[in-house]
Amino acid sequence: MEGHPRLVLLDQPPDRTIFLEEYQRRGGYQALAKVLKQYVPPQVVQIVQDSGLRGLGGAGFPTGRKWSLLKKEAPFPRYVIANSDEMEPGTYKDRVLVHHNPHALIEGLIIAGYTASAEKGIIFIRSAYEESAQVLEKAVAEARQAGWVGKNILGSAYSFDLVIHRSAGRYICGEAKGLIHALEGKRPHPNIEGHLTDAGLWGRPTVINNAETLAYVPPILKNGAEWFRNLGRSRAAAGNKIYSVSGRVNHPGCLELPFGTPLPEILEVYAGGMQPGYEFKTCLPGGASTRFLSRKDCDIEMDFESFEKLGRGYRFGTGAVIVFDHKTCLVGATLNLIQFFARESCGFCTPCREGLPFIRDLLQRLEEGEGEDAFIPMLRTMCGHLFQAYCAFAPGAATPVLGLVEDFVEEIQEHISQKKCPFKT
Amino acid sequence: MLPKETIAILQQNISRTEHPRELAVEVMFTLQKHYGYLSDEALEEGARLLGQTPLELEEIATFYEFIYREPVGKYVIHVCDGTICWMFNHQSVMDHISSRLGIPLGGTTEDGLFSLLPVCCIGYCDHAPAMLINGKLYGPLTPDGIDTILQELRRQGSSPREEG
Repeated sequence: MEGHPRLVLLDQPPDRTIFLEEYQRRGGYQALAKVLKQYVPPQVVQIVQDSGLRGLGGAGFPTGRKWSLLKKEAPFPRYVIANSDEMEPGTYKDRVLVHHNPHALIEGLIIAGYTASAEKGIIFIRSAYEESAQVLEKAVAEARQAGWVGKNILGSAYSFDLVIHRSAGRYICGEAKGLIHALEGKRPHPNIEGHLTDAGLWGRPTVINNAETLAYVPPILKNGAEWFRNLGRSRAAAGNKIYSVSGRVNHPGCLELPFGTPLPEILEVYAGGMQPGYEFKTCLPGGASTRFLSRKDCDIEMDFESFEKLGRGYRFGTGAVIVFDHKTCLVGATLNLIQFFARESCGFCTPCREGLPFIRDLLQRLEEGEGEDAFIPMLRTMCGHLFQAYCAFAPGAATPVLGLVEDFVEEIQEHISQKKCPFKT
Repeated sequence: MLPKETIAILQQNISRTEHPRELAVEVMFTLQKHYGYLSDEALEEGARLLGQTPLELEEIATFYEFIYREPVGKYVIHVCDGTICWMFNHQSVMDHISSRLGIPLGGTTEDGLFSLLPVCCIGYCDHAPAMLINGKLYGPLTPDGIDTILQELRRQGSSPREEG
């Protein structure tokens, strides 16, 4: 949007890295300096809470509220973690963000660290993002050299160390509790009871935020909660959001836009519309674990609240819009999604470990023309079981399947009646 | 055995941590880089460095897709089979590489240069169809483009001075 400030993807397209000198010239680290001089931690929590910032890794939990869960009397040491283990298919915003503006994430994490009185921060980054990991290493070294990381930052009493953890793959590591086990050198099952703010990494109080979420923290502290809140396009949404658009559009890419920008505008104006010869059929609005948008719901403002209002299992997710065209088979697409989830299931709990291969088998048989009418209620039942799983992974996996069964059932029925995939010639 | 200097660096890094096992993944990556894959011998060496049992390390080694517990080629080709790459016909990419190299998915060429593996969405959806080779991104892929990439790697890989 012309004239609307971009806060984290400062260039469009965001295809180069902004290192320390330029970041500071463009106002970087002023927020951290202000925080260290003017605010005690509860004030920072209050400002972030007032700003309306929500977790942008998919769950949308209010960031200030998450920070407020850390009890004043919680023991030390405490940890803060930036989650850049972005592995939701279709989602690549954190990669672009980290590669383009690594100091935004670093400054945000230091402020989070100060707010939690944490002595150490960890940036958890996935293996496939090795190039971004190298950019981050360079940026952390710059920040350390400049005194933004280390002992007594800016002469204050606050000291903070920062390390980068390279992961070796697997979707479940992005789940906060799985991530904790991964960092502890254990098999990354998400089986930790209770709040991580009470007992997280090594049993110590831990705050985990998504990389994009943290990157918005410095502009909020610099310009105020109300300013940030007013940046949102829709009534309820605050600030900006990076939308990563992929699929059959002319210009797939990452766009930082006012939060709540309508979907048709994102697709037509910013992503350049559909590729020639392809018509829009549907999209997954926020990554693989969101629901296919039915045609009547496509004119929607892209924010958490609008999807919550729609109900029916809709979720905003990560803002990763995957566009499907009229020549793409949704049974095949859902089969691909479920193959992903079945392979990535950590295997810890039964509904997920056993349920996903069962659903995969049903979809595979439908796709190969061996489906029966009875498969449709079976898919629903099996999806129901996935909601009994231990973590949010399996319900996420069930979400696109339920979208297929409830809003695009005619595609399944065609597979059954024609005894083949109607999209294959 | 790892070179003495590498062991010294790892030991130093481990001594700086509060809990040695937090470096388990880093140690496995280092061993894998040296041996080409995480062999049984490498696993035991890693466990010794971390003060863990080989079984404890095995428990996580087998979990991660970028830790190879079996021998792999000098260049490990991970073709993305995420939803967007699927839409852009990743299967034709796999089939093309498979026929060019004469190996099935999961196989390694006889000269030990290439392995072909699938990988879940690598987060380069704006470059679909895409693949990673030894951590480097290639995409959007075309049959001609793939041939050029394989030729170039074959040339580099057979040169004696080149480090893998």
